Amino acid sequence: MINYNKMIFELSNSERIGYSLPREKFSEFHINQLSDNLLRKKELLLPEVSELDVLRHFTNISIKNFGVENGFYPLGSCTMKYNPKINEEMAANKAFSNLHPLQPTSTTQGALEVYYNLQTYLSELSGLHEFSINPYAGAHGELVGLMVIKAYHEDRGDFKRKKIIIPDSAHGTNPASTVVCGMDVVEIESNELGRVDLKKLKAVLNDEIAGMMLTNPNTLGIFENDICEITKLIHEAGGLMYYDGANLNALLGKVRPGDMGFDVMHINLHKTFSTPHGGGGPGSGPVGVTETLAKYLPNPRIKKLDDYYFVENSSTALGQISSYFGNYLVALRAYTYIRTLGKENLKLVGPYATLNANYISKALRTAYELPIKGYCMHEVVFNGLINKDNDVRTLDIAKRLLDFGMHAPTVYFPLLFPQAIMIEPTETESKETIDDFINVMHKIAIEAKEDPDKLKQAPTKTPIRRTDEVFAAKMMIFSYKDYLEYINNRG
Amino acid sequence: MFKYFPHTKADIESMLKTLNISSIDELFKDVPESVIFNSDYDVPSFMSESELRNHFAELSKKNQELTLFSGLGIYDHYQPAVIDAVTSRQEFMTSYTPYQPEISQGTLQYIFEYQSMIQTLTGLEVSNASMYDGTTATAEACFMACAVAKRNKILISSTLNPNTVNVIKTYLKYKELEWDFIAEKDGVVDIEDLKNKLDKDVAGVVVQKPNFYGIIEDYEGFADLIKANKSLFIVNADISTLGVLKSPKEDGADIACGECQSLGMPVAFGGPSLGYLATEKTYVRKMPGRICGYTHDLEGRRAFVLTLQAREQHIRRSKANSNICSNQSLMALFATIYLSLMGKNGLREVNNLSYQGAHYLYEKLLKTKKFTDPFKKPFLKEFTLETNIPKEAIQTALLEKGIFGGIGLDVFGEQYEGLINFSVTEKRTKAEIDNLVNILEGLS
Ligand SMILES: Cc1ncc(COP(=O)(O)O)c(C=O)c1O
Repeated sequence: MINYNKMIFELSNSERIGYSLPREKFSEFHINQLSDNLLRKKELLLPEVSELDVLRHFTNISIKNFGVENGFYPLGSCTMKYNPKINEEMAANKAFSNLHPLQPTSTTQGALEVYYNLQTYLSELSGLHEFSINPYAGAHGELVGLMVIKAYHEDRGDFKRKKIIIPDSAHGTNPASTVVCGMDVVEIESNELGRVDLKKLKAVLNDEIAGMMLTNPNTLGIFENDICEITKLIHEAGGLMYYDGANLNALLGKVRPGDMGFDVMHINLHKTFSTPHGGGGPGSGPVGVTETLAKYLPNPRIKKLDDYYFVENSSTALGQISSYFGNYLVALRAYTYIRTLGKENLKLVGPYATLNANYISKALRTAYELPIKGYCMHEVVFNGLINKDNDVRTLDIAKRLLDFGMHAPTVYFPLLFPQAIMIEPTETESKETIDDFINVMHKIAIEAKEDPDKLKQAPTKTPIRRTDEVFAAKMMIFSYKDYLEYINNRG
Repeated sequence: MFKYFPHTKADIESMLKTLNISSIDELFKDVPESVIFNSDYDVPSFMSESELRNHFAELSKKNQELTLFSGLGIYDHYQPAVIDAVTSRQEFMTSYTPYQPEISQGTLQYIFEYQSMIQTLTGLEVSNASMYDGTTATAEACFMACAVAKRNKILISSTLNPNTVNVIKTYLKYKELEWDFIAEKDGVVDIEDLKNKLDKDVAGVVVQKPNFYGIIEDYEGFADLIKANKSLFIVNADISTLGVLKSPKEDGADIACGECQSLGMPVAFGGPSLGYLATEKTYVRKMPGRICGYTHDLEGRRAFVLTLQAREQHIRRSKANSNICSNQSLMALFATIYLSLMGKNGLREVNNLSYQGAHYLYEKLLKTKKFTDPFKKPFLKEFTLETNIPKEAIQTALLEKGIFGGIGLDVFGEQYEGLINFSVTEKRTKAEIDNLVNILEGLS
């Protein structure tokens, strides 16, 4: 029922229930024995519905969503690859999901082994010495990685180094994480090829630089070919190199961040290592560091001694950044993925992803403006249509794609091009799917010329059409309670 | 060929031909030769699906599933079957953050419903779409208080879970903000010490209920003191208990935050769980994370969108209050389904059944004369006792019978020496509780 439009609260009918709880065992006790001043007075506004009501409700709203199994999902920077079913089966294993995090390690050796081995696999795949899987997402990994950098400088008694260099093409989390970590951002403009401008980089180097954050390939999908020079410059200036691993997928099988001179990095397991995005999490953002920096990794740490895995809290650690071991079951999925592919197939991820992206780049550049020529890596960024006559914008192209049963690419990011449209196909897409996408994109380019209104009106075949965002921001209806008040006031 | 890569030889050849190149390697010509990785990864060889299943069966044997009397933030509550059935739908599981509302109404609507439920449980006006966990939610609440009050010090109750304290301290330390502790008195936060420490630098005061010992603290008088000092009152509460306990709003809180794992999520070795954060609309522009709002589409149909995004990192970059991007969306769906099934009566029953079990166990343990209650304060589903029995003896004896509980609080710091925690949810049967008591009775 694609037209289904109820909120769960609107199905409510008092006395209906959707649960079955054990019967009372100890009736001599009752919550009402707590003194009145500790108990809630205000009635709760929660639905009262049957089990089937709940299932129908969520099933009906689910079909208004678009998932990776619905169709092509070329959302740049997000690496929307296939999320394998076997990962889910393993994560549902009660022998893991029923473990309490405080259980003695003698009862959790299997779980710790998975965590420990994932640490070592990530080290091997990225060329860094040691990982912590505690950070909950990419941005959390950035924050923790920057804490490592800050801890390192302060440990040396160098309290001046509080500036992090970040290219203007960087993801918003990079500057935000820097400030949350109590440091300042030095933004540098990219050169005309979309890369780090070495001259500009040199100009900002001094003894206040703590390090530099870089994505490579950068957010334009371009490999920073001066990477060795960049890391050398930063290291000579006394800084450390941070690698934003959001784009690691391009490099699997080809290049390891550690080998490029990076000292600290995070990996988005929910991108490169195939764990599902869950409509915005839970992800996982393991942080890897060089040997010198390993002592700063956050507590708790998982270590191994003579085939026994144990939990360690170290006094040299930067501190604790999560309640326990991060999003453990997400890590377990990534472990499953690595074991499924093995060293043989992991090597093919970057090359196939890159082949797919370049094939798209080549096929679309006759209709879409390709601001940076040459080969891209795992994703390609266009700056809208070449023909900008009818005021057809990137937003219109994105919305029209939805009508063709494809997810839109990432739009208006990176900020370097006003009509940026960022396409990342990933290695799990077939040539047929990509050819379909290319055809649709060309069809849209023709529509832009011949029938621009069709694009301005798009989408028309989706569960809803374009939304009134101004209304949402102005009315601030954030809950069912707000909604009821709004309806009442409207009369 | 490999099952996740659809590339046939012919596909690759034809694509290379289109690109006018003879091998994929040529696409990597921008990569300096010196950093190309030419060897084999030192990771194991691939596994078939059945090999993987066998591998996990072996790993599973090295874990021990136990009857849990353990809590301290992660609880063994009942998980209705409906939750897994719904959350495993690929439409929810595999989609990205809902940037395209036209094809993301499923996600956006449950976020709106989730926010509504957090709203009613906390009593505060607005909840965000989710935080990573209870500890980071609380740390972010502290940042928020500093941004709102334009001050730089946080007062932390000594009765907070040490995990939360540690995470707050890490966050504040690196952001170069300050903190101080409010002393505890008889197991609860001491209002006299709060009075002494409230000064013009204090941006926010963080307390927790039920607290680390399981005690339900009473914040009578707190909000007035804190407001008079122009600071913000932050209440951390296990969300499930708010089904019966006074809401943070009724406590006079400005920000409520904490853990939602108790809403239908497995203990999962600690994660993924879910953090929540709610506040009043006055402060919404300093709130971290995504927020979903109600609106309509071009044709007047009901619709939900992410809104007030100008607060967030992708727009504000270095001026943003928080760096959070991906959060724990799917876990918010767990919570939403759970609360839909339970309703207000179910939630009340869960709390009551847990209360009953915990109090039954409590009385039984006191009767053994081997345990004493150092606090004698009201509690809900977990409590802390003092004993002379070495905690190792307790743990070993229980583990032998497949039980985990009686956690020595000194794993969190030596100041807790001699204190042990028991937690009881509605899942624990009378037989299980009696068995626990029998085992402990035999120890000395
Ligand atoms: C380049 C880049 N950096 C960082 C992030 C942040 O990752 P997360 O959303 O997991 O916090 C993302 C993803 O959104 C990204 O694309």
